[in-house]
Amino acid sequence: MSELRVHIEGIGAWLRGAPDWNTLRALLRGETDLREDAPSKPAAAALPQAERRRAPEAVLLAAEVAGQACRQANREPSSMPCVFASTHGELSITDYMCAILATAPRELSPTKFHNSVHNAPAGYWTIATHCEHASNAVTGWHASFGAGLLEAATLVNAEQTPVLFAAYDTASSGPLAEMTRTTQPFGAAFVLAPANDSGTPSIALRLRSGSTFDLLPLPPSLGAPAADNPLNAHALAFLHVLAQDSPARLTLPAASGLLLDMEVGSANR
Amino acid sequence: MPARIPPLAVTAYSATSALGRGVAAHAGALRMGRGGLRANNFSSAPLECFVGRVEGVEAAALPQASSHWECRNNRLAWLGLNQDGLLDAVQAAIERHGADRVALILGTSTASIGASEEAYRRLEDAHFPHDLRRPGIHTPHSLTAFVAEATGITGPALTISTACSSSAKVFASAERMMRLGLADAALVGGVDTLCDSVLFGFNALELVSPESCRPFDARRRGISIGEAAAFALLERADVAPRSPRLIGYGESSDAYHMSTPHPQGRGARAALDDALARAGLREDQVDYINLHGTATLKNDEVEAALLGERFPQRVRASSTKGFTGHTLGAAGGLEAVFSLIAIEQGLVPGNLGCTQPESVCAHQLALQSEEREIRVVLSNSFGFGGNNACLAFARADFE
Repeated sequence: MSELRVHIEGIGAWLRGAPDWNTLRALLRGETDLREDAPSKPAAAALPQAERRRAPEAVLLAAEVAGQACRQANREPSSMPCVFASTHGELSITDYMCAILATAPRELSPTKFHNSVHNAPAGYWTIATHCEHASNAVTGWHASFGAGLLEAATLVNAEQTPVLFAAYDTASSGPLAEMTRTTQPFGAAFVLAPANDSGTPSIALRLRSGSTFDLLPLPPSLGAPAADNPLNAHALAFLHVLAQDSPARLTLPAASGLLLDMEVGSANR
Repeated sequence: MPARIPPLAVTAYSATSALGRGVAAHAGALRMGRGGLRANNFSSAPLECFVGRVEGVEAAALPQASSHWECRNNRLAWLGLNQDGLLDAVQAAIERHGADRVALILGTSTASIGASEEAYRRLEDAHFPHDLRRPGIHTPHSLTAFVAEATGITGPALTISTACSSSAKVFASAERMMRLGLADAALVGGVDTLCDSVLFGFNALELVSPESCRPFDARRRGISIGEAAAFALLERADVAPRSPRLIGYGESSDAYHMSTPHPQGRGARAALDDALARAGLREDQVDYINLHGTATLKNDEVEAALLGERFPQRVRASSTKGFTGHTLGAAGGLEAVFSLIAIEQGLVPGNLGCTQPESVCAHQLALQSEEREIRVVLSNSFGFGGNNACLAFARADFE
């Protein structure tokens, strides 16, 4: 089975109480706790002000974490393709659409409709950053993080280009919430680059048939966001490993019955 | 510019749409110029428009073992998988390579949102009705999860949902996975079904035509929405010396607007350049182009200009959306099948619905279907969010 190798040049993260990667990293290292004074909405500075006011939560989340990752990597967002992964897309819009279609379908908002596409965050991101490269929007249900990471790492290796990978899910609302069960919005993003000697952390990825894997326990304050959404749990497990700055192994699902074994090499700064 | 890719063999393919079930039904309808658009009878309060509805979806129950995946979108997927020996071809690929060496990459924009819409219409005390309390059908991966289970594919499984380019981009992702040795074969395709979200959504954007759509006609009035299931099995070229080839693809973003194409077609042009480079093609080697051609004012204006500017007058081009309607997330896959039919049967689909073509591409548009030798085909797909893809296919003996 072939091995893929990528370097992580930049990381972004947003969670209520941990609005950036530095805060979340400290939290994952047990050095701090969730911040009470943190903003309740992602700042999403990459978006123009008018868009920031009216954009749905998934767009704000994705733009915030993607912007953080690009800044840390010191790469222009317009210089690389992007892969956006989300289990469900924007759940508040799905709830709105289903509710209005059941009662007054002709009153459906045209803006909400075009914001309902799974690639809305990819669309707003490429528009705001003038990125004309390929953009993708994917899902793999309970394996969305691993499936998205595999897609992004494949693109990095096949095209020998840096790739922005963002993964996020928004909170459920309305009657649909019983089916989608996500209580907290969360997002993470990574600038992944082809193998190089820059000293950034490296990851070797391999596929293996199987469905059992173990995740290390997270600090207690991260238990809730991880508990009800596998994308959140898997992304946090991945970030947990990266936060320790030491070599480690991690296995996450890439599909039902397919595992992604990862060997994380520490940054060599 | 990207490097040339090794061609892949398309060892099986099929489509099910308003034109019928399977390749023969599609080729027959194209030859006869017989379209599948009918007055809309979908939903409880149908909009006055025309739709490309697949007959018999409601009656095509899933096998008992898959009943937990029951919903209209998965029924259409199952109907599509049962045509042209697709399921047998997938089993043969699994036997040849191993179930975990076959990837499954499907495009969809609607997925089974129709089931969620129904649940909201039938809420019981603000809860989903009992028969629809199945989380798997209320998430966009529903289609791929069902097809993985129904076929036994256990390799990488990914849903691409980039609106109307979804099931074109699946070919690109599959090629990359196979080139890197992550899979030896890939079942790709797309399935989208009629539902209130898209009918009332495009209606709210004032993009739905009150009559059957007329791509590239000067008097066009918007899209007709359709539904389809389309699949293709990709394997390395050496296993199938005579099968048609996927020889290239291009992907790009407009970086312009969520629901309007770039006025100079920058993204469409970038996807085309990318596809030509990966295929190692010049414009004058292309015999037929299956255009995105939605019949909106803007899309067709931009695409017609690009066609007129970049391609010689001898190239044949058409949009098949006058036959099937715009099948959204399934359009890339469906139109890949039309491209393969063009190559294997020497059949240029006519641009049904157009009688007064845009002058800039009037020479290139095939208004009626034509029989002629076709060796190289391009297929365009452009989606909301400015998401573009262009696929290149060729006959096995090309070069």
